[in-house]
Amino acid sequence: MPDTITQANEIRPAPLTAVNDFVVKFANVNGSGSASANGLFAKSIIRMGVPVAARNIFPSNIQGLPTWYEVRVSGAGHLGRRGGVDLAVPLNPQTWDDDVKEIVPGGYLFYDSTKPLPASKFRDDIHIIGVPLTAICNEAYKIPRERQLFKNICYVGALSHLIGIEPAVIEQLLKEEFASKPKLIGANLNAFNLGRDWAAKHLDPIGLQLQRADAVGDRIFVEGNAAAALGALYGGATVCAWYPITPSTSLAEAFTGYCEDLRTDEDGTKRYAIVQGEDEIASIGIVVGAGWNGARAFTCTSGPGISLMNEFIGLSYFAEIPAVIFDVQRGGPSTGMPTRTQQSDLLLAAYASHGDTKHVLLLPADPGECFEMGAMAFDLADRLQTTVFVMLDLDIGMQEWLVPPFKWDDAKQIDRGKVMTAEELEAGKFFGRYTDVDGDGIPFRTYPGTHPTKGAYFTRGTSRNRMAGYSEKGVDYQDNMERLLKKFHTAATLVPGPVVKPATQKTRIGAIYFGSTSAAMDEALETLEAKGHHIDAMRVRAFPFGQDVYDFIHAHEEICVVEQNRDAQLRSLLMIEGGIDPARLTSILHYDGTPITARFLIDAIGKRLDARQATRQITRKP
Amino acid sequence: MTYILKPKLHHPSLPKNDLGFTRRDYEGRVSTLCAGCGHDSISAAIVQAAWELDIEPHRLAKMSGIGCSSKTPDYFLGQSHGFNSVHGRMPSVLTGANLANRELIYLGVSGDGDSASIGLGQFAHSIRRGVNMSYIVENNGVYGLTKGQFSATSDKGSKSKKGVENTESGIDLVALALQLGATYVGRSFSGDKEQLVPLIKGALSHHGPAFLDVLSPCVAFNNHAGSTKSFDYVREHNEAVNRLDVILGRTPITTDYAPGQLREVTQHDGSVLRLRKLAEDYDPTNKIVAANYLQERHAEGEIVTGLLYVDPEATDLHDRLGTTTRPLNQLETEQLTPGSAALAKINAGLR
Repeated sequence: MPDTITQANEIRPAPLTAVNDFVVKFANVNGSGSASANGLFAKSIIRMGVPVAARNIFPSNIQGLPTWYEVRVSGAGHLGRRGGVDLAVPLNPQTWDDDVKEIVPGGYLFYDSTKPLPASKFRDDIHIIGVPLTAICNEAYKIPRERQLFKNICYVGALSHLIGIEPAVIEQLLKEEFASKPKLIGANLNAFNLGRDWAAKHLDPIGLQLQRADAVGDRIFVEGNAAAALGALYGGATVCAWYPITPSTSLAEAFTGYCEDLRTDEDGTKRYAIVQGEDEIASIGIVVGAGWNGARAFTCTSGPGISLMNEFIGLSYFAEIPAVIFDVQRGGPSTGMPTRTQQSDLLLAAYASHGDTKHVLLLPADPGECFEMGAMAFDLADRLQTTVFVMLDLDIGMQEWLVPPFKWDDAKQIDRGKVMTAEELEAGKFFGRYTDVDGDGIPFRTYPGTHPTKGAYFTRGTSRNRMAGYSEKGVDYQDNMERLLKKFHTAATLVPGPVVKPATQKTRIGAIYFGSTSAAMDEALETLEAKGHHIDAMRVRAFPFGQDVYDFIHAHEEICVVEQNRDAQLRSLLMIEGGIDPARLTSILHYDGTPITARFLIDAIGKRLDARQATRQITRKP
Repeated sequence: MTYILKPKLHHPSLPKNDLGFTRRDYEGRVSTLCAGCGHDSISAAIVQAAWELDIEPHRLAKMSGIGCSSKTPDYFLGQSHGFNSVHGRMPSVLTGANLANRELIYLGVSGDGDSASIGLGQFAHSIRRGVNMSYIVENNGVYGLTKGQFSATSDKGSKSKKGVENTESGIDLVALALQLGATYVGRSFSGDKEQLVPLIKGALSHHGPAFLDVLSPCVAFNNHAGSTKSFDYVREHNEAVNRLDVILGRTPITTDYAPGQLREVTQHDGSVLRLRKLAEDYDPTNKIVAANYLQERHAEGEIVTGLLYVDPEATDLHDRLGTTTRPLNQLETEQLTPGSAALAKINAGLR
């Protein structure tokens, strides 16, 4: 460690101290093998019974560009990002300056001290911990690739001493991970101990400490894309057509993996079909064709894919064909921002396609809901005979979250909706493909091949009457469009309702949020409440909104609508569909591509409410 | 076009097929295309082929995109489900339908605008994927519904009705289909029902991607002197390599042809394609020979028709994917949902 830094010690703020409540951020070079070491670090903390929220921030790149991994340790169970970094582990010279800047005063900088760095590279108000990682590994390993890979495990070893990770937990995790390659268990353990032993000999533990707890329970640690894929499998999806696009690719890949394990007979026969389309248009075309023919089908994509699929999504709406689309939202266009998160496809999805169209959106908040809604989407699509979107984002889809274990009710049967059978047709039951027989706007359909002489019809987007006969009459068109609107109102009664968290005191302030904002929002609400800002909170879980959503808004004077996009898209939907006065809806927006943090929300909402109180004092409102 | 509805009652003396259906039972609504349109002849050929093959109408699904040709599925097989989808995207919709239920027969009807321009990608990929389908392009070299623009299959040098010469190269869908892996490839002419009906029958009974390019003159916009897609031009330049009969099952063949003139190709399912040779040495099971022959004749200005290529051992997308023989749309909850015990194992692996 450079002398100048030591000399400056007296002006440093006291080192941060915290137990099971701090943020560690690793900065690495993409492709250097750091991901598995960082994952091991996060998982070891979970195994000690302490909740963790981990976020991988990665570039559009295979090798060489900067990548970060942020681990929030929260004994209290906060799973959103907090904001700020207490312990930085910058191992990438490209981003050193920015990484050092992020550390909160009194925080810690852990670095590879093999090569001396000038004093200007450090800060006076943080605490520096140097470990000669490169030197340690160069001495222990001869093969360059091993030197690089084991350096990652080596820093985990050093950190384990500094913050109190139990070595037995690491050993157990390595045994599980490398069960099929036992040689690697010892090799990784050696590297871990190299770092740990060096640190134990030269350094004291720091103020940030882990303490074994029992706050994790039976929760699982899983990505939203994998959870959604599993939901699709349990929901009975048999046809998947997709085109690679970040951040949705791993959803299709996870579905493939789960199908290989769970939908393949011993002789290799598959009870599913997965096709990698030539583009997103073909992918949704395959989904629409399969849905028309009675198979549960889905595609997964991101914003640009939705743009390309627009024409087909409209056809699904007008021709009333079930389809499920998982939209894993992100920034963009271009490469780069697509590896960052956003909630910016809401309007695109809600009104996709030409003509008067509206679509059902499900808004999961974490991988647990990705599983539930992933399965539910197929029942809804069949029941409503239309496209159902499941709106993930990169933060949910590609990050591992700690969520309650997946649950399934074995008594549950697939709901195929209103499908007329050969027996019903034979018995002379009335069949009019676009006739609203039940008053809910949803007509009956038949699958091709059902009956030799009854129930066949010709599918068109529009230009038909209630019996599916060709018609260019305006009155027939309008009649059909009114029924489709009625069906959309029915949808509002079938989709998951909002989750309301009332404030501890009666209040005129409300907040509405959805999706990946939820974890940070829950935490921010607690803090704001403690500061005297009482807010009734409502997490919306689907579009179209039910009456309860509008009732909540009308019961409050001002509503903060929190979302991760620039244009306040949820707010627009509330205004358009509910006729809500824009003046009642205050936007709290975060859209730089990083997941929203509790500290940002506390600051933004707090300032708004402070300003409101100040205004009220001036105008002497009660 | 006509506004008169077709009578539902049929004359009792109309011949019936093995299912007891007359040809009229395979018809659809009255066509709204122009009088004399080649497409209507193709619709009639489809009706004839389906009737002769004893296809149960409800076991066939007819799919199309957008355009004059894509309107035609409404005009045949009225007892079949039909899907008039999105311009240029019939192949993907058909692929999805086929994945959902492998037991039905899929007939895709498209046009040269629908398949060679906006839908060229989907045309190509559905064929290379090996979808079990009969893909018919009703090729008139012109955009009819939008009144006479050149399509991508218009030959370079062909003239529009207004006298404008096409300066862009034409796409040969047959040559493309061969390269892409179609396992049954034919070309025909809407004005030659004798040739067309057996080719459609062969396509419908083929297991794999079957492609037919059917020249179908547009009487309104592309049937003038100077066009290479007019009735006169196609008749003059038509060079058939063979005549086809399709025999299903293992019916014994009685032949009237001299030895050496007849070529039989037995397909995997037992159906026999009996070809009467018209061109010497043309072997429709040899893709390279077929491709070369087509190129040579094309350079001579000839339009080669007939069954140009067939792979009797063809496989389809389901064979390649290894999907269950039971249609995916008929699987029940028990076969689809692994249940809570399997989920508990997955949960355990995520801790």
